[in-house]
Amino acid sequence: MGAYTATVTVRLKAGVLDPEAETTRRALERLGFEPEALRSADRFEIDLEADSVDAAGEEAAEMAERLLANPTIHDYDVEVDPRQ
Amino acid sequence: MTVSVVRFGGSNCDRDTVEALSYLGVDAELVWHEDGLPEDTDGVVLPGGFSYGDYLRAGAMAARSPIMGEVRERAADGLPVLGICNGAQVGCEAGLAPGAFTTNESARFQCEHVFLRVETDDSPWTGRYGKGDVIELPIAHGEGRFEIEDDRLAELEREDRVLFRYCDADGNVTDAANANGSKGNVAGIVGESRNVAVMMPHPERATLPDLGATDGQGVLRAFA
Repeated sequence: MGAYTATVTVRLKAGVLDPEAETTRRALERLGFEPEALRSADRFEIDLEADSVDAAGEEAAEMAERLLANPTIHDYDVEVDPRQ
Repeated sequence: MTVSVVRFGGSNCDRDTVEALSYLGVDAELVWHEDGLPEDTDGVVLPGGFSYGDYLRAGAMAARSPIMGEVRERAADGLPVLGICNGAQVGCEAGLAPGAFTTNESARFQCEHVFLRVETDDSPWTGRYGKGDVIELPIAHGEGRFEIEDDRLAELEREDRVLFRYCDADGNVTDAANANGSKGNVAGIVGESRNVAVMMPHPERATLPDLGATDGQGVLRAFA
């Protein structure tokens, strides 16, 4: 077993409206910035023990499938790093 | 007929629902989610509120609580199940109905009365209305925008599973009358089988005559 940190990033699928991101973009404009577009995402950093990088990734992906993401509106990706 | 109104931490329309059902002559009781469904329950309401503080996504946590496994099993056996507002979010997250209710197009919490067009009278939830009727119910939500893939919405429409659409006072389904930006103006649908329904507007807040509006009675009479 090894120690890993799995990072799960959950984003809205392309084409799904993101009213909070749009509100944030407009607030940036009020501050004088000129963003062309802004997308928001949720990032989960999960410390876990697993047999391998692949096993850690599979477990984190299952977490995303079963809770962290809603497949109707979200895509997600998983990155795994060894943890000291 | 005893209806279980399932209470999660953060439910807040649970007692209103019991009150409204009792007014219609339906026995109803509060059931704490950790206690599980009573064996002899004849129906389930997943009430409104903010279960688990809407953490992660509205309804996401409550949908994964053990009692929802029981609700799914009993629903598959034909038990009437109604998810209202947060209960609708829980129902979709739990797979009782397709799609998702997510952040309003306005990005604001909206508490107002809306008009709804009854899209089908072929369900226990809308059988007391006529197809095309316009009813008025309150909404109170920040995450009520119905999202679903286009082909799945088309499937819902083919199967006559849309219960209500947001409309104007004359029953016209328009963008201007779309309270929260829902796809297809959809406000409520039935699940795989017609004994399961999820809807964002609050029929229990428009049932007691003392509160001034009674258009919601027809929905709750499904349990009568």
